[in-house]
Amino acid sequence: MTRLLAGRDLALGAEGLAEHLQRLGPLPAAGPSLTEALVRSGLAGSGGAAYPTGLKWRSVAAESNGTAVVIVNGAEGEPRSLKDRLLMTTRPHLILDGAFLAAKAVRAKQVVLYIGEEHRASQDSMARALAERTGEERRLVRTVSAPARYVAGASSAAVHLVDEGIATPTTAPPSAHERGVAGAPTLVQNVETLAQVALVARNGSPTGTLLVTVAGGVFRPGVLEIQAQTTVAEAVELAGGASEPPHGVLLGGYFGTWVKAANAWELPLDHDALRARGLTLGCGVIGVLPGSRCVVCEVAGIMRYLASESSAQCGPCFFGLRALADACTRIAERGTDPADLQRLQRWSAEVSGRGACHHPDGAVMFLQSALATFPDDFAGHRPHLRRAA
Amino acid sequence: MNDTLLWYTTRGAGAVSLVLLTAVVVLGILSALRVKGAGWPRFLTTGLHRNLALMTLVFLGLHIVTAVVDPFTHLGWLTAVVPFSSYYRTFWLGLGTISFELLLAIVMTSLARGFIGHAAWRMVHWLTYASWPVAVIHGIGTGTDTLSAWLLVLTVACVAAVVAAIGFRVTAGSRDPLEEPRTTFQAAVQRREPR
Amino acid sequence: MRLAVDRIKCDGHGQCAELLPELIRLDDWGYPIVASGEVPNHLVPLAQRAVNGCPVLALALRRVETQRRATG
Repeated sequence: MTRLLAGRDLALGAEGLAEHLQRLGPLPAAGPSLTEALVRSGLAGSGGAAYPTGLKWRSVAAESNGTAVVIVNGAEGEPRSLKDRLLMTTRPHLILDGAFLAAKAVRAKQVVLYIGEEHRASQDSMARALAERTGEERRLVRTVSAPARYVAGASSAAVHLVDEGIATPTTAPPSAHERGVAGAPTLVQNVETLAQVALVARNGSPTGTLLVTVAGGVFRPGVLEIQAQTTVAEAVELAGGASEPPHGVLLGGYFGTWVKAANAWELPLDHDALRARGLTLGCGVIGVLPGSRCVVCEVAGIMRYLASESSAQCGPCFFGLRALADACTRIAERGTDPADLQRLQRWSAEVSGRGACHHPDGAVMFLQSALATFPDDFAGHRPHLRRAA
Repeated sequence: MNDTLLWYTTRGAGAVSLVLLTAVVVLGILSALRVKGAGWPRFLTTGLHRNLALMTLVFLGLHIVTAVVDPFTHLGWLTAVVPFSSYYRTFWLGLGTISFELLLAIVMTSLARGFIGHAAWRMVHWLTYASWPVAVIHGIGTGTDTLSAWLLVLTVACVAAVVAAIGFRVTAGSRDPLEEPRTTFQAAVQRREPR
Repeated sequence: MRLAVDRIKCDGHGQCAELLPELIRLDDWGYPIVASGEVPNHLVPLAQRAVNGCPVLALALRRVETQRRATG
């Protein structure tokens, strides 16, 4: 059973092509059998939506007549997530293997590396790795910088930037796999997913592990590769343990769901298991909220961020998220007003599903989860006394 | 007697067309400004705008037909579609033909809006700002030797109305509350010009 | 037949809500909230009028078809 991060010490930087090939063997052939292997394995995407990878490849391959495009999504716009950058800076050849296998399987004529414009180390690492590949592989590839905004990592925004130079989400239909870059079927795949593909092609099955980023009130925050079904408690332990008794855990990043600390420890870190409990693993961020921080103030801050990251293309998202964030901030700064709590409920119901993309839906899910998990904190919040600096 | 009737009908229908077209332009501007009042819903502004535009074409049709049929002017049917092809008052009539054809293009694209899409429709619709002033100048020019007080007053009133409406439009700015934040965000995430 | 709003094209003019108040109302910021589900037969002509009345052609009336699931 291999691991994504197996091989040289991560602190030593990127694994070069020679070492990669020596460790894992040559790049296998791709084709329909790889797609079917992915479908059988049930491998889910690691970008946050957890869509079955094999099914995605089937859709794109079905529409492709040699003109398809593969977008390698290394934008990592989620502020607290670090896993994609870690993979790009230490195991770039796993990602490139997966990308070229995908290109063969869906008969693509171009592979686009979509890397966050502020992720310099990742850009350098991927560029150096690309330079080591064959001429045929290099000719397929184009590198494009993703703007450092939250929505720029979304599939339709990535397609829009590659196709027309602006990273704003677009209306679906049509979705990327039907008509994406230059009207061709486009496969958008997260870098971690592609790394898994590289190992499925060699071993016949995925690693059974996944990458998570533990953030917040732990002694050693950072990326961990964990076995599937590892519990939150085990992950936090691997990250050095909580620095103080926490309020709770935010699972899945800013579009994720909250869990009270006591209920969080035994949760298995698995997409299906969490979904069955009404939670989400999302992009794998495990945010531990320390007891000394205020839940309400934290939620208000994240809502303000999400509101400011709206692309302002749809009224309900831009105005709705701003109104929700303002109401949360009022509760945080002036104390709870029942009218504000009612507004939060009303606007949540009105905003969700009324944007062109899922940005407002994610923000509302985050807020609703906070309100449902910490009702007492929201019902009786009082403004904090300021201490002299 | 018949000729005079035709002549007066031409001038009367022309005047009515100008008034109607002025109302259409003003209503179009009010529509863009999203004006609304108690008991005056927005679809009333746009509905009137459309219906009066169609009525304008009716009176324009009457104006053109009576002018062509009038033996005094010696106009052929060709002058209704080819500008500057008449012997009678070549330049001023030519302007009328141009204004008419612009208006025809605007109305036809509006009727086919569902097929051509919003962007193409909007581009042609800007021609209104050419069609209306050309119509006004045509009216003044073709009627110089018989310009009566009422026609002068009418023309001045129409010009005043449109100038005022344009004044409002220019000073009001965008009525789309997302215009500014959307432009700002797009500028932040734009990396090259769209193909 | 179902009503669908193109959320990016929609500029909040609000004429749809004036023309079809039975199925469309405006939120606090002037953008349409469309009742989900099928448009009742007797309202289909009015719905078509609302579609034609949208200044930016953001409203559409579509026959119901099985949706293909959008991938993540």
